[in-house]
Amino acid sequence: MQILLVLPLILPLLIGCSALIRFRNIRQTVALICLFLNMLVCLLLLVETHLYGVQVVQSGGVIAPYGISLVVDSLTGVMLAISGIIGFAVGIFSAATIAANHQRFAYYPLFGFLMMGINFAFITGDLFTLYVAFEVMLMASFVLLTVGGERSQIEGGLKYVTLNLISSTIFLIAAGLTYAVAGTLNMAHLAAIMAEQPSPGIGTVLAALFLIAFGIKAAMFPLFFWLPASYHTPPIAVTALFGGLLTKVGIYSMWRVLVMIFPQELAYLQPLILVLAALTMIIGVLGAVAQTEFRRLLSFHIISQIGYLLMAIGLLTVDSMTGAVFFMVHVILAKTALFFVSGLAYELEGTYKLKKLGGLSKRAPGLALLFLFAAFSLAGFPPFSGFWGKLLLIRSGLEIGQYVIVAIALAVSLLTTYSMLKIWTEVFWKPLPKQDTELASPHKRLSPLMLAPVGVLVGLIIAIGVFAEPMYQLSEAAAVGVISPVSYIEAVLLPGTGE
Amino acid sequence: MTRSVFFRFVVRVMLPVLFIFSLMLMLRGHNEAGGGFIGGLVASSGVILMTLAYGPDEVRQRLKIDFLRLMFFGLLIVILAGLVGLIIEGEFLAAEWWKPVLQGIGQLELGSPLLFDMGVYIIVLSVTSSIVMSMADEGERMDD
Repeated sequence: MQILLVLPLILPLLIGCSALIRFRNIRQTVALICLFLNMLVCLLLLVETHLYGVQVVQSGGVIAPYGISLVVDSLTGVMLAISGIIGFAVGIFSAATIAANHQRFAYYPLFGFLMMGINFAFITGDLFTLYVAFEVMLMASFVLLTVGGERSQIEGGLKYVTLNLISSTIFLIAAGLTYAVAGTLNMAHLAAIMAEQPSPGIGTVLAALFLIAFGIKAAMFPLFFWLPASYHTPPIAVTALFGGLLTKVGIYSMWRVLVMIFPQELAYLQPLILVLAALTMIIGVLGAVAQTEFRRLLSFHIISQIGYLLMAIGLLTVDSMTGAVFFMVHVILAKTALFFVSGLAYELEGTYKLKKLGGLSKRAPGLALLFLFAAFSLAGFPPFSGFWGKLLLIRSGLEIGQYVIVAIALAVSLLTTYSMLKIWTEVFWKPLPKQDTELASPHKRLSPLMLAPVGVLVGLIIAIGVFAEPMYQLSEAAAVGVISPVSYIEAVLLPGTGE
Repeated sequence: MTRSVFFRFVVRVMLPVLFIFSLMLMLRGHNEAGGGFIGGLVASSGVILMTLAYGPDEVRQRLKIDFLRLMFFGLLIVILAGLVGLIIEGEFLAAEWWKPVLQGIGQLELGSPLLFDMGVYIIVLSVTSSIVMSMADEGERMDD
C-alpha cells in the first residue's frame, strides 16, 4: 500500500534523473517506461480508493498534523489517473514529433519534473507542500516553454513566469496567514478546525487570497493574460501537456482548498465567483472566435472551459461538483486530443495559420474524423463525454435557480460549436489554398505512433460518453468527498481507520 | 577573474577551511544548527571564490567536475535515502540508523537522514556552482 502512494512521485523523479544517461534513445526509453508505469500505478490507486476508501501515507512515519501526509481520496484518484493517462500519451506523442534538437536540452527529464510536480500537487495533504508542488511545476514548465530559445518563446515565457511568480507569492502569503489563524497547514486538520470554529472575517479574506492565487494558475478572468501569450510558442507536445493539465491543477487546488477547507467562508464569495465564471467563459470563447491561428484558438478555449469548472464552485452543490469532476476529466482528454490534432496538421502542412491550411479531410480522413469527435465532445454534443458534463452542470444550475449563468453557459456552448466549425471548414473542408512557396512536405504521411495517442484519447472520450454511469459514480464519490470531507479527515487524523 | 596576488593567496588558504567547515556543518546538521543545505552553500562559496580568482575555465580544468551531472547524482541519493526507510520499515523517508562501535574512537551514528543530507549537500553545491559558473562565462564574454 505504502509504495503505491509514493510511486507517482518517485517514477517521474527517476525520469528526471535519466538526464545522467548520455544516449538520447535510452533516455527516451527510460522515460516512456516510467510514464507507462506511472499510468498503471495511478489507475491502480483509483481502483483502490474506490474499493477501500481514502488511502493515506504519513511520510517518514510522523503522525498526522505534524508530518506531511500523502492522501489519495476519490478526487485525487480521478485526477491522478487522468494525468497519468495524459502523461503517457504526451510521452508517446513527443517521441514521434519532438525534433532531435529539442530533445538535446534534456526534454524528457524536464517532462519528468513537471509530471512530478503535477502528481505531487494532487497527492499532497499539506498546504505548504502544495505550494512547493506549484513551484516545481512552475520551474519545469518555464524551462519547457523556453527550450529552443526562439524570440517568441522567451517573450511568452517571461510573461508566464512573472504572473505565476506573483500567484505563488500570494499563495505563500495566504498559507502563512492560514497558519497564523489555524495553527496548522495539514489540510484535513484545517478542514476540521475551520468547520468547528468558522472565522467569517479573516476566513473570507483567506479564501479570497487563495481564489486569486489559484485563479492566476487556472487562467480565470481577469488573470488569464499569461496563457494566450505563451501557450502557442513551445513544441506542440508541450502545449498539449500544458493545455491539458496545468490550468486544471489550479482548479483542483480551488476545489481542495476553497471547497473543502473554507466552505462557509466561500458562501460570501459565491456571487463573485459566478460572475467571474461567466466572464471567463464569455471572454475565452470570444477570444477564440477571433483567432486565426490553430493553437491560439485552442488556447483561448482552455480559458472558456475553465469558466465551466469555476461555475461549479459558484453553485456549490453535490450535483454541480459531480458535473464539474466529470467535465474536468472530459476537458482534459478533449483539449489534449485537439492540440495533438493541430500538431499533426502542422506535421502535414507546415503551418498553424488557418488561412494557409486546408484540404486535410481528403489528405488525412482519419485525422479529420478524430478531430470531429474531439470537437463535438468539446462543444457538448451527445453521445460524447462533454455532453454529460455540461448536462450535469446545467441541471444543477437550474435546480437552485441560477438561470443567468445557465443561459450564459448554453450560449457559450453554441459559440464553441461555431469556432470548432470554423476550424473544420478552414483546416479540413476547404481545398488547400495556393501557396506562395511549395509545401515543405507534400507527400509526408502520419506515422501510427503519431496517430495512436490521439486515437486512444478520442476512444476514451467516446467510451466515457457512451458508458457514462461508472464515470458518473466516480465523479459523484469525488464530489461528495470534497464537499463533506468526513472520511478524508478521519483517514488522515485517526490512523488505522483508513486502512 | 582577478589578477590580484593577495586575493589568490587568500583563496588558496581559505579553500580547505571552507570545504572542511561545510562538511562539519553537514554532519552535525541532524542534531544541531547546520545540515545539507547550509553545508552545500558554504562549499559552493568555495567554488565561487575560486571562480572569482581564477575564472570559470581554469576552475573547470582544475576541479574536473561536471556540476550539472553531479546534481542528478545528488537527486538519486536523495531518492535512495527515502527508499531505505520504505524497504526496511515500510515508511517512505523513515529514519533508519546503523550504529557501529569503532574501537578506541567511539560509536558512529550513520543513517538514512545522513544520506539524505549528503544528497541535499551535493544538489545545493552543484546547482549554485553551475549557476555561478555560467554567469561567470557570460561575464568573460562581455569583457572580451
